[in-house]
Order: sequence, then structure tokens, then C-alpha cells
Amino acid sequence: MGASDLIMYEEEFQKIKELISKLRVDANANVVFLVDKNGQQIAATGDIDRLDTTSLASLAAGNVAATDALAKLIGEKEFSVLFHEGEKENIHISIVGGKVILVVIFDERSSLGLVRLRVKRGSDELNKLFHQIMEKTERERASGKVALESPFAEITDEDIDALFNE
Amino acid sequence: MSFINYASREINCKIVYYGPGLCGKTTNLQYIYDKTNPSAKGKLISLATETDRTLFFDFLPLDLGTIRGFKTRFHLYTVPGQVFYDASRKLILKGVDGVVFVADSQEARSDANIEAISNLESNLREHGFDLRVVPYVLQLNKRDLPTAVPLEEMLQSLRVKGEPYFEAVALRGIGVFDTLKACAKQVLIELSRK
Repeated sequence: MGASDLIMYEEEFQKIKELISKLRVDANANVVFLVDKNGQQIAATGDIDRLDTTSLASLAAGNVAATDALAKLIGEKEFSVLFHEGEKENIHISIVGGKVILVVIFDERSSLGLVRLRVKRGSDELNKLFHQIMEKTERERASGKVALESPFAEITDEDIDALFNE
Repeated sequence: MSFINYASREINCKIVYYGPGLCGKTTNLQYIYDKTNPSAKGKLISLATETDRTLFFDFLPLDLGTIRGFKTRFHLYTVPGQVFYDASRKLILKGVDGVVFVADSQEARSDANIEAISNLESNLREHGFDLRVVPYVLQLNKRDLPTAVPLEEMLQSLRVKGEPYFEAVALRGIGVFDTLKACAKQVLIELSRK
């Protein structure tokens, strides 16, 4: 824990959503999805109501983790792109800035070539944004104040007990 | 690594169930899944072999309600316990916020328990975590079996830092929620310290 924690504020969250929405339109994809490497969903856009997004996030991260380990076994730094082809839909998984997993789900209305091209462009912008978020988190942590007070700063035993009694 | 989203007012934490093969990690998750209100849980995902041995991980997302207006969500994972799956086990510990160690009380598994704890310690270290610091709970499972080692003896050989411990029979749900609650509590307290 500690320094590696990710804290997302409204402003950056909106920017991320704008970027992935744009990517979805540009790539003609059904769903665009951002997950951190631990399997926590960061943001999603598109036709997500029919999907179990929590499971998708966890499995995508598991998939990336296993593939990363495979790469290291054979002496590669990473496999930067994973592609799964289905009968109707396909999944394109890539890593943004070494930290975040970008998942694009698309069907025959798009193509692997288009998705790859758009993902490449979109990743650069996302990478910059995540860089800023990390810097902001670091800065605030270093200065000892977080822009918003942690909701857990004064958590009590009663609060925690209440969670389990609901 | 917990993930606090101020935009959607959510906090996500990751708890990993660790322990030797067949100690009851998946059984713990299965019981939690069975007894949780459908609105508070997601799907239980099990990546298992045909004989129901965990191959990669089990995953259960759990909504515990709100604290100070923040939706508190725990992601529960198990690791594959069998010794030769160590590479997979290591991957799952990435970004962990709390660990539950499920020990098998049967005398024949005493060495396996000790080996699994030392494996946990070294795998945590590779991710930059220290077992003595990380939120941690010990569950002594299968207390109902006739071959169960006496409590005192187990505590003496398995306890690493005065962590909370619970006697359990996961199959019947005994001690399952107490264990989870104790671990979640430590995780949240750790968050409040930051």
C-alpha cells in the first residue's frame, strides 16, 4: 500500500471518460474499458449494461498478469498487445503507460487494423493523463494534504460493524 | 492497492485468501457467496481444473455498503494452493490490501501450513509488502475433524505477529464471516491512517 495508491478526482475522471468515449467512436468499437493492473475498473464506456464489468475487469487483469509472466519466462519485457478473436466479437487488450489496461471490444463493424491504429493514438493521450494523475497524487501526499479529506480519516469501530450488519 | 474514486464515490480494496492446497480457501468464498444478499455481490468466478482444483484464482466482488457516503467494495481472491502453481500465486498478490491465511487443522497438513506461510512471506516481499505490516488474519479451518491439532499448538507454530485468529469450519460457515470482517476491519483502519 502507500505510495502506489491511485486516487481519482472528478476532474481527471471526466477527462478519462471523454478520452475513452472518443476512442470508442473513432475505433467504431462497442465497448472501451480501463482497468488498473490489480483488476479494479477505472472507467468504461459504450454498451456496458449487458456486461458484467466487475468480472471483466478482474479477468482482463488476470489475463494480462499471466501473459506478462509468460513474456518474462521467455526473456521478453512484455507482450504489449493481446487479441482474442471470437465468432461475433473480439477483444483487444493493451497496456497504457505500463500501468493501466485498455480493453476494446468490437465486432465486424470495425476491424483489428482500425482498432490498433486508434488505440495507439488514444493510448498516448491516456498515458499523459495518467502521468498527471500520478504526479498530482504524489504531490499532495508529499505536501501532507490531500485535496479532499480521506473519507476514512476518522473511521470508527461502529462504522465497520455497521457495514456487516446491513 | 486500494483505489479511491472521488468521482463515483467508491473505494475498492483487495483481500487475498492464501493457504496450502485443499485447506478451504475456495470454500470460504463459496460460503460468503451463498450467504450474501444478491444485490451486494457479483458473480463468483472460479478458474478451476476439471476436478475443481483452483487453477488460477477465484474472484468474488462484494459490496459492503457505505462509509461516509463512499461505497465500500471488497474484491476477494483466492490463490491456487498447490505448490507447483507458485507463479500464479505470486501474480494474485499484486496490489493486495489484506491477507487471510487459511490453515488446515489436520495433523498431516502441519508442514504444508508452515511451508505456505513462508511462501506467502517471500511472495509478499517480492511485491514490496511485509507480512508483519500488511493487514493479516489467521483462520484455523476444519476444526471439526478428529485429527485436528490442538489450538494452542497450531497458534504456536503458525502465528506470526499476534494477528487475530479464528477457529473455523468453512464448509458449514463457522468462522467464515468473522474472519472476513476482521480482515476488512484492518484494511479500513489502514486506509484511515493514510
